[in-house]
Order: sequence, then C-alpha cells, then structure tokens
Amino acid sequence: MTPLTLTATTDRPSRAKRTAWIPTLVMAIGALYCLIPVAWVVMASTKNRSELFSTFTMSPGSGFMDNVSQLSSYRDGIYWQWMGNSAFYAGAGALLSAAVSAAGGYALGRFAFRGREFVFKLILAGVLVPGIVLAVPQYLLMSKMGLADSYWSMLLPSILSPYGVYLVRIYASAAVPAELLEAARMDGASEWRIFSRIAVPMMMPGLVTVFLFQFVGIWNNFLLPYVMLADDTKFPITLGLYTLMAQGASQPALYTLVITGCLLAVIPLIALFLVIQRFWSLDLLSGSVKA
Amino acid sequence: MTTTPLEGSGRLTAGPLADGATSPVRPRRPRRRGRSAPYWFLVPTLTLFAAFTVVPIGYAIWLSLHKVQVKGAGLGRGARAEVWNGIGNYADVFENSEFGHSILRAFGYGLIVIPTMLGLALVFALMLDTPLVRGASFTRLAIFLPYAVPGIIAAVMWGFLYLPDVSPFYYVLRELGLPQPDLFDGGNLYLSLANIAVWGGTGFNMIVIYTALRAIPQEIYEAAKIDGASNLKIALRIKIPIVMPSLVLTFFFSVIATLQVFTEPKTLRTLTNGVSNSWSPLLAIYDSAFGRSDIYGASATAVVLAGATFLLSFTLLRISDRFTREDKA
Repeated sequence: MTPLTLTATTDRPSRAKRTAWIPTLVMAIGALYCLIPVAWVVMASTKNRSELFSTFTMSPGSGFMDNVSQLSSYRDGIYWQWMGNSAFYAGAGALLSAAVSAAGGYALGRFAFRGREFVFKLILAGVLVPGIVLAVPQYLLMSKMGLADSYWSMLLPSILSPYGVYLVRIYASAAVPAELLEAARMDGASEWRIFSRIAVPMMMPGLVTVFLFQFVGIWNNFLLPYVMLADDTKFPITLGLYTLMAQGASQPALYTLVITGCLLAVIPLIALFLVIQRFWSLDLLSGSVKA
Repeated sequence: MTTTPLEGSGRLTAGPLADGATSPVRPRRPRRRGRSAPYWFLVPTLTLFAAFTVVPIGYAIWLSLHKVQVKGAGLGRGARAEVWNGIGNYADVFENSEFGHSILRAFGYGLIVIPTMLGLALVFALMLDTPLVRGASFTRLAIFLPYAVPGIIAAVMWGFLYLPDVSPFYYVLRELGLPQPDLFDGGNLYLSLANIAVWGGTGFNMIVIYTALRAIPQEIYEAAKIDGASNLKIALRIKIPIVMPSLVLTFFFSVIATLQVFTEPKTLRTLTNGVSNSWSPLLAIYDSAFGRSDIYGASATAVVLAGATFLLSFTLLRISDRFTREDKA
C-alpha cells in the first residue's frame, strides 16, 4: 500500500465489453439509499408550511424562495450568523490545527529523540477518550477561567488533532527526504528555516488533507458547542439547527425553516466535498480519519 | 464514526511506517546545534494536549472522588464545600440502573449497526472492485456523500422521514394498504437510530476497505483466474482475507463510535418522547452533569466509560494483533 500517492486511481483496463450487472445494480441501490434523504430535503425545502404536511412528499412545492427569505429574516438573520460562526470555527480551527500538526508531526516523523514513541502513543491514546469525558471537565475549567460561552471555548479545544499529527508524521517521513534536511543543515540553515522553507512546502498536500478533515470535523461537531455555548449568537450551524428543531416541537411552523436550513447548510460541505474528492487521495483517506 | 489506524492496530499502517516512521532518520552524529529542535516543534502539540486532554481527565478523576457537602441551610459563602467521597460516586454508578441500561441499549444498538454497516461497506467495496461496473465513480461518490452531512442534519432528515405526516415511506405504505409501524416505538427506535448510523458511516468504511482492495497486486487475480477461480471465489478466498485487517480496524472504530453515540438520539428526542434522557451512555452522562447538576456523579460515570473504552480497545487490539499475525504466518 502506498498511502501517499495523490494521483487519482486509474480505472483498470477492461478486456471484455459487457457490463457486470449485479455489482452495478447493487451499487445503484446503495446510491439510491444514500441519496433519498438528500432528495427529500431538496423537495421538502420547496414546500410552504401547509404544503409540507398536505402534498405528496416527493413532489415539489411552491415556496422555496419564501422559505429562504423567511429563514434569512428569522430573528434578524441569525441563521447566517450561525453559518458565519461555523465557517469561522471550522476555518480558523482547521488552519491552526494544520499548523500545529505540521510542527508536531514533522518532529515525530523526521527526528530521532528521546521519548518520541512515548509522545506519539500518548497523543494517539487521546483519540480513545470519549468526547463527553473531556467536554464536561473542559466546560468546568473553561468556566473557571471565564471562557465558557466564548469563541475561545469552541476554538481552543478544536485545535489539537491527534489524527492530524499522525498523518503529518507519516507524510513527513515519506515525503521529506532526510538527505535534503541534512544538506540544509550542512549549509547552516536553522531548524526553523528548514521547517518553514523546505519541510512545510513538501508536506503541503498532507497539510491540506489535515485541514480538510479537521474542517469537516469541526463543522459537523455538535457535542462541544452544545456543552460550551449558551448565547445563540455564538452558535455554529449544527447547534443552531438543533435549537430550531427543538422549538419546532411546539411550533411546527418552524419545521419548514429547519428543512430549508438543513439544505442550505449541507450545500457548502457537499460543494467542498465535490471539489476536494477530485484530488483527495482515497489512499490517504484510509490512513486517516473521520473526526 | 471515527477511524484512524493506531500503531499495531492493523496492517494499514504497514506501508508508510515501514518505509518511514519506524526507521525515521539514519542515526545522526550527535551535534549540539538543533538537538532541541524536535522538542520545540512539539511544544504547541504538547501544550494543547496537556491543557485540553490531560488536565480535563485529571480534573474529571478528581471530581469523581469528591462530593458537595452542604452546611447548614446551604446558603451563603462556604456553605457548600467539596469533600472527599472516595469511591462513593463509583459505587453509585454501578448501582445506578439508568447508566447500566444506557450501556445495554448502546450494546443492542451496536449489535444492529456494526454488522450491517460493515457488511454493506464490504459488499459495496467488493462490487466496486469488480471490473466492468457501470457508473462506479458516481455511485461511489453517492454512497460516500453522507460523510459530508453533519450528524445532526442526518438525524433531522431521517427524523422527518420517520414522521408519518411527511414521510414518503408512509405514503407508499398507505397507498399499498400496508400496516404503518411507529418508527419511534421502543424496539423500532433501535432500527431507526441504527439506520441513521448505517447511512452516515457505510460510505466511509467502504472507502477504507476499497482502498485496501486496490492495494492488492493484480497478478494475484490473474493467477487465480488461470487456475479457474470465479469472481465470487476470488472475492471469498482472496479479497476478504486480504482486507481483513481493514475490517478489524473499521470494527474497532465502530465499537468506539457506538459507545459515544449522542447527536442522533438527542436530535430524535425533539420529535418523540420515545427517546429517554439517558438513552445512550453519553446522554446519561450529559443529563447527570447538566440536567441534574451532579458533576461529581457525572465525572465518575465518565471515568467509568473512559476506562471501559480503553479496556475494550486494548482487548480488541490484542485480539486483532494475534489475528493478523496468524494471518501472516
């Protein structure tokens, strides 16, 4: 296995021309199953309040633009504030995460030093700690520092990514030749300069992957904001939609907003996803993680 | 679903580690300059690890061994003091049937989710790996797509699809005159929740297994074909044994994910009273910490859950290690 090739896997040359029908059918059924909820949410978001509960669920309604404008004006556009917050948490968090992973993974992958394996295993063991085991004391500690319910309380715990460190470690040891580092040292370059000018550019595809995984991970996170945040202007989109949904239990009129909100919230991620999967190596993925 | 290869957890790591990390640098002559460099590069990682993992765990353990003692009427400064409670909270955890039940529910839920999800992922990966499949890149993408959908949104979408008034499934059942089951009802709730997890996780696991399949040299199939093996035989006798380490790995992470299910039952709770406040272990812990403000008891429960996760993880890793070693021999 070569987990570091970033080229798309090419299709195998076909000998015979006939189609393998059973596998094709099985895959098509699988695709249908995965697309049904998406198709439903697309359809449902076009329905106005009365249509949602009265017309056939898979037929289009007449209220899409209305739903979008109602969603946009709901509580002075708090929905877009939630989207903005998510973009900020995920963007800034993933950027910092890639930077920290770059330094940490490079150190673990390209240096021999005392305690290297211990540090590595310790960080990986962090993966096993259930989220809530950390979230409850993290919240209490944040409160003590007066940071609970702040942007920091969301951002800071999202930066360290054990997977990111792990990925960069693999990437650094495979993609950054030791000879090159040695040569740079001979030339008298400082370690920081070697890292920033030589190693980081060479590790860039790996760092992009770390960024993307962490971006998706933070964007999709629910538990952390649910525990940390109380002020709904700081909510990310996941928590915002949850509160909207919870209110819908008493005001079903909000359901159309929730549905439209879900659709709009998924679009950026799916778009990101379609763009990146073109160069996103499947091989790298398997050596990696869904956070 | 969380998936990352741990060291020794599977052969997925064998490639990169073998040519890199396990023999990272040729032994260098000790030099004074730059010897502290790796430590400096690790400072941000270790600082964050200490601040957001080690300290919280330590604090949780500390809390789990204490309780609040209220003096007098419980009013005013110093009326509430944290006092040592020893293993008292832990004793409560094991007596508290709510948490025990949530573990049992998670077990039942996992029993549905894990075989279904990994079975489907394996079947899809094998199908994808068959030559001459039409539209493979589209269907692969479609099955992987739910990975990009946040758990909360997946739960909202499926939640609506489980509601008789808006669901196309109920529409079809009504039209056909078939009975309409309550998908939020006790036993069905397991299936409903499991379905959300299967929907969200199958594609990712499919990709992991498929990647392992792609790494198998084509010559093996050529040889098997010459020996007269059918596609099915090749799948059963060659492909599945070869991807077994990936399956073990995905199994390992599915188990951990099962113990940590939170978002989906929490979201379905907004649609039905059928999901209790302590349906899953994490919901139970959340409820006791923030719902009932018993952070001491919640911490003890969390520590027990973390301990159980570690124990389970190491057991699984040991089994899989032995398994893959036999596999190699």
